[in-house]
Amino acid sequence: MNSRSDDATRRSVGDPVARNLWHAIVATPELEPGRRYATRLLGVPIELTAEPQGAFSARSGAQDLPVIERYGYVWTSLGDPAPLFEIPEFDEPDRRILNAGTLQVATSAPRCVENFLDMGHFPYVHTDLLGAEPHTEVRDYQVGTDAGGEIWATECIFYQPKAAANATEGQLTEYTYRVPHPYVAILYKSCAEDPTRSDVIALFLHPVDEETSRAHNFLCMVDSVNTDSGMRHFQQLIFGQDKSILENQLPKRLPLDPRAETPIRADKSSIAYRRHLTELGLQFGVIRSDESLVAG
Amino acid sequence: MTVALPAVDHTKNRGWYPVAASDDAVAGHVVAGRLWGSDLVIWRDENGTVNVWPDRCLHRGVRLSLGTNTGAELVCRYHGWRYASVAGSCTYIPAHPDNAPAQSMCTAVLPVHEQAGLVWTTLDGARGSGALGASAEPFPLTLGEVDALPLWAMTVNVGGGTIAAQLDDLRMKLSDAAGVDVEVVLQPVDPAVTIVRPVAVGAPVTGIDVSRLDVAAEVLAAFARRRESESASGVGSPVDRGDDGGDDRSAGPVAGYGQVVAQGPTVSTDLLEVEVASKWETAEGIMAFEFAPIDGTRALPAPQPGAHIDVHMTEGLLRPYSLTNGPGDTVYRIGVKREPESRGGSAAMHDSVDVGDRLSISRPRNTFPLRRDADHTLLVAGGIGITPLLAMAQALASMGAGFELHYFVRGPDHVAFAELIETLGSRAVVHQGLDPSATGEVLASLLAEPGFGRQVYACGPGPMLDAVRSVAESAGWPDDTVHFEYFQNPNEIALDSTFEIALSRSARTLAVPAGVTILDVLRANGVAVEASCEQGACGTCVVPLLDGRADHQDVYLSETQKATQDRIAVCVSRAETERLVLEL
Repeated sequence: MNSRSDDATRRSVGDPVARNLWHAIVATPELEPGRRYATRLLGVPIELTAEPQGAFSARSGAQDLPVIERYGYVWTSLGDPAPLFEIPEFDEPDRRILNAGTLQVATSAPRCVENFLDMGHFPYVHTDLLGAEPHTEVRDYQVGTDAGGEIWATECIFYQPKAAANATEGQLTEYTYRVPHPYVAILYKSCAEDPTRSDVIALFLHPVDEETSRAHNFLCMVDSVNTDSGMRHFQQLIFGQDKSILENQLPKRLPLDPRAETPIRADKSSIAYRRHLTELGLQFGVIRSDESLVAG
Repeated sequence: MTVALPAVDHTKNRGWYPVAASDDAVAGHVVAGRLWGSDLVIWRDENGTVNVWPDRCLHRGVRLSLGTNTGAELVCRYHGWRYASVAGSCTYIPAHPDNAPAQSMCTAVLPVHEQAGLVWTTLDGARGSGALGASAEPFPLTLGEVDALPLWAMTVNVGGGTIAAQLDDLRMKLSDAAGVDVEVVLQPVDPAVTIVRPVAVGAPVTGIDVSRLDVAAEVLAAFARRRESESASGVGSPVDRGDDGGDDRSAGPVAGYGQVVAQGPTVSTDLLEVEVASKWETAEGIMAFEFAPIDGTRALPAPQPGAHIDVHMTEGLLRPYSLTNGPGDTVYRIGVKREPESRGGSAAMHDSVDVGDRLSISRPRNTFPLRRDADHTLLVAGGIGITPLLAMAQALASMGAGFELHYFVRGPDHVAFAELIETLGSRAVVHQGLDPSATGEVLASLLAEPGFGRQVYACGPGPMLDAVRSVAESAGWPDDTVHFEYFQNPNEIALDSTFEIALSRSARTLAVPAGVTILDVLRANGVAVEASCEQGACGTCVVPLLDGRADHQDVYLSETQKATQDRIAVCVSRAETERLVLEL
């Protein structure tokens, strides 16, 4: 047996914070009635079942787990979770709701969240899509925590080379980021069709084990133009570019010690995220400040 | 060729080992290597120098081996951080184009030696910038020499014959009845993998019988089996296989294996000792100097474009000079104009400093940082003001960025560093012998069009900079797109006010009397603040201003920056309010 899996299991058992969260496991349309879906959550084997009449159940060994269906995904928990965060836009009748793809990434869920919050990599990783050299500046933005303990990064301005499909030159685009859950990041970006509303793009991470995650790309758009497959293709192109970076980032668990890496001003949201995880006491997928960075 | 070889002796990972074939480290490319469980990035610059660094960007830990080799710098794939060859200093952080990276942003640099077609390094000497090779032992390996006490010796039956094998951490020698015929060196990668690298022993590498390398693999495999069985039966020392991750390169440090810590050095504010490597008259009245490290193996910290050094002269004289360095330069190059009213600095440099002399200089400091996020950059130089702009032009040229350099001089004999300017081709324009009104006309046409992604950098005599400032202002350039470096502050400094300063970090309040600068008050009270020109021109002493309004008297901050009231040059500026709160 792989010794790291042993560690992961021990850690999840010892991490009540991660156990008491809801985790998005599979997109609802993929779990057809009568089907079973076996995977691991926080290193622990679990199994989801879609009952013939459409209800879902989940279990880990002999233990029944709580289940909800929300935002187009089936969520479960190894503990006693509080109600799931709200995405009010999801209930707007004209929204296009889509799982744009679930991709497995060989790294921790917090590394994926942090990358999602990062604008500085757009020109280098998403070249000519979300950014382009030489327009590399990350202007100062605001980061705060709301009454519910969620992190919000607002007034995030970045140069986007093609803000719309028919745009010929770039423009400065404003983004808002939200972290409502340790393994979830949400992006709000003004709609091309209706600037008074925001498209909602989210990443729901399923922590398979400490260094393996499944990333669900959730779209909730006001878009009467693009096809589902067009939107999926774009989102998977973007996330595929991120994946190659994420899998080459060491260590795979997110270090929470501010001295472990070299943050700059542009990393304000990641600094807030790491501090938030420290305050929550999360252990799964992170290297806590009191752990030694170097073994042996 | 790779074979599994159990870890042998963890105390032995302190010597020199190969990490790549020289042929693998092709100029312009980047390769990943691994030694004793440490991931390394290996890249050769355009001068032929091979760099071996920890394979992690300081910023977010992404492998640098995914990056781009520009010939002089390694660019991280994730956020475009640029690291200078040899020194390992981070020279540019694209997310913050207007900020100069701190000197502490420097990757660890491992000693490198090339011999026998291999790139060698040692984890023992892994140190930060400026220590390349300095702490490492001299490269010890003489190929072909027989070890007095091989760690293991065994006999293997191969292909009907008997091969005697001698093996230690680093190499393996195979001999049959006819004598030694194959010697290979071993690269211990991690507990599960050892790379076998053939070297020439008294013969060119091409002379090695490749079939004998298969024998080497068989010998290693036989050796591995024997170690395992000894371990299983409790014979001999325990074999640490680590986990069974096999080729899982992501496993991170393995217990018992060393890991190079990917942090730069603690930055010392110590002076650098350099030797004057060359001195020549590059233009009428302008002497050029090149400074080289005294210990030939120590690298000078890589400067950023726009940076200057302070040259410490005798009797406490200290003079700032801009570096003209381009990417990849391994010596510092400055130009010194003889000033008729020299307070001693330029005259001493011209008359008393010669090739072979040793000087103390500060580490490069950058108070004139170059944004590299412009679509087009206009560089305007007057006279000796060419020096920082030449560094900028070379940096922009190496990135393929759009720029023009306009260099105003009195006449043909006054063009400094003509050979460097020539390399810029048509992007450099020299304007000779223009009077102030003709200069004004040229500036007006150069600055006619402000626009998105356009930046201006100007350095030269005060009147010329004032002309650039007023032309740019009337043409509608935002003041944060036009950047100046003054030689000196032409303003008369008024020191007659009295006020208080509160220091937020040390929770002290100090009185600033008339006739005394804030800088002097700080110094008298033991508060260390870096300063260089001490006349409000260079920006070295700018500190954050948390409360109160400053009476700005410097020429370093832009009007917008001055109006923001969030920083102050403490060498000349005063207070409009009764109290200033400084972040000190």
